[in-house]
Amino acid sequence: MKFVGCIAILAALAGTALATEIPQADRRSGYSFMGPDSRAMQDDDTSNPGMLWVLDGETLWKRKAGTAGKACGDCHSDARVSMKGVAARYPTFDKALGKPVDLEGRINLCRSNHQQAPPLAYESRELLALTAYVAQQSRGMPIEVGNDPDLAPFVAKGHELFTRRQGQLNLACANCHDDNWDRKLAGAPITQGQPTGYPLYRLEWQSLGSLQRRLRACITGIRAQAYEYGSPELVELEAYLMSRARGMKLETPAVRP
Amino acid sequence: MPSALINVPSKAKRGDVIEIKTLMSHIMETGYRHTASGEVVPRDIITSFTCRFNGAEIFRADLYPAIAANPFLTFFTTVTESGKFEFEWVGDKGFSETASASITVE
Repeated sequence: MKFVGCIAILAALAGTALATEIPQADRRSGYSFMGPDSRAMQDDDTSNPGMLWVLDGETLWKRKAGTAGKACGDCHSDARVSMKGVAARYPTFDKALGKPVDLEGRINLCRSNHQQAPPLAYESRELLALTAYVAQQSRGMPIEVGNDPDLAPFVAKGHELFTRRQGQLNLACANCHDDNWDRKLAGAPITQGQPTGYPLYRLEWQSLGSLQRRLRACITGIRAQAYEYGSPELVELEAYLMSRARGMKLETPAVRP
Repeated sequence: MPSALINVPSKAKRGDVIEIKTLMSHIMETGYRHTASGEVVPRDIITSFTCRFNGAEIFRADLYPAIAANPFLTFFTTVTESGKFEFEWVGDKGFSETASASITVE
């Protein structure tokens, strides 16, 4: 009896631990929360403004940079082949650095290590363009983040951050995006916060923006102090969100309101 | 590095009404915003868009500060012969970009 009781308690504990997590079958991209006009905008590559950055990224991919005089394409040749599926695996654990690196971070590491070029600023046109071009090669492929045991502690930290109440409004990300994603906030749908289309074109921004920009905007929204671009906290949050969305298809460059 | 996205059908039947879609990369800075230190951010917008078909102007639009960044302009025309559409965007700070697309009319 005791043994059965233990199992019952364990099962109940497991049940509460996962109570707020969205079941796999219910995971929905922000795309499914949008109206038909915004969807049509994303679906047509000649009306999706994100493609402007992808085009720029294609140009930058071939342009030589830094004192090494090398372009991305000189090492990685055709991005359509070499970069296929790469974005679906980021952020990834970098063994040399002993910490997770997101796609923007990887591009800048490549610049400093192999091109001997200065890193590109976060949210600069160049970095967004290169990230969008690389990520677009994985469009339609399922997100694979979350299987690497080296990354697991950082995903756990990201999860901790996701569920920690903070800011003047004392809200955690999970309060909206796990618990209330089927409701509305000021008339707009609360989405699940699945990072399936970054970098993406936000109509509000009138520009492409990174996942970190989106996270910082949300953190400011709960009136907490936003972490700096490239900070470990944001990368951990990215790692958790990508592992939370594993199996979902990448849409880069997505369009969102 | 401004870039344009053009969507013109490559083929059409004589007399068909076709849709032309254009998307131009531009920040469309209104001229009404201020920096943190109070200085006006100078206006930087596209002021004019023109489409010519085989040299003849078929569509023109004037653009103003209320138009969003990366203007997406779409319009319809009737095709009577094969030829080339030429697009031109002109704006502040000497902005001038062109693009073209050909169509075969059967």
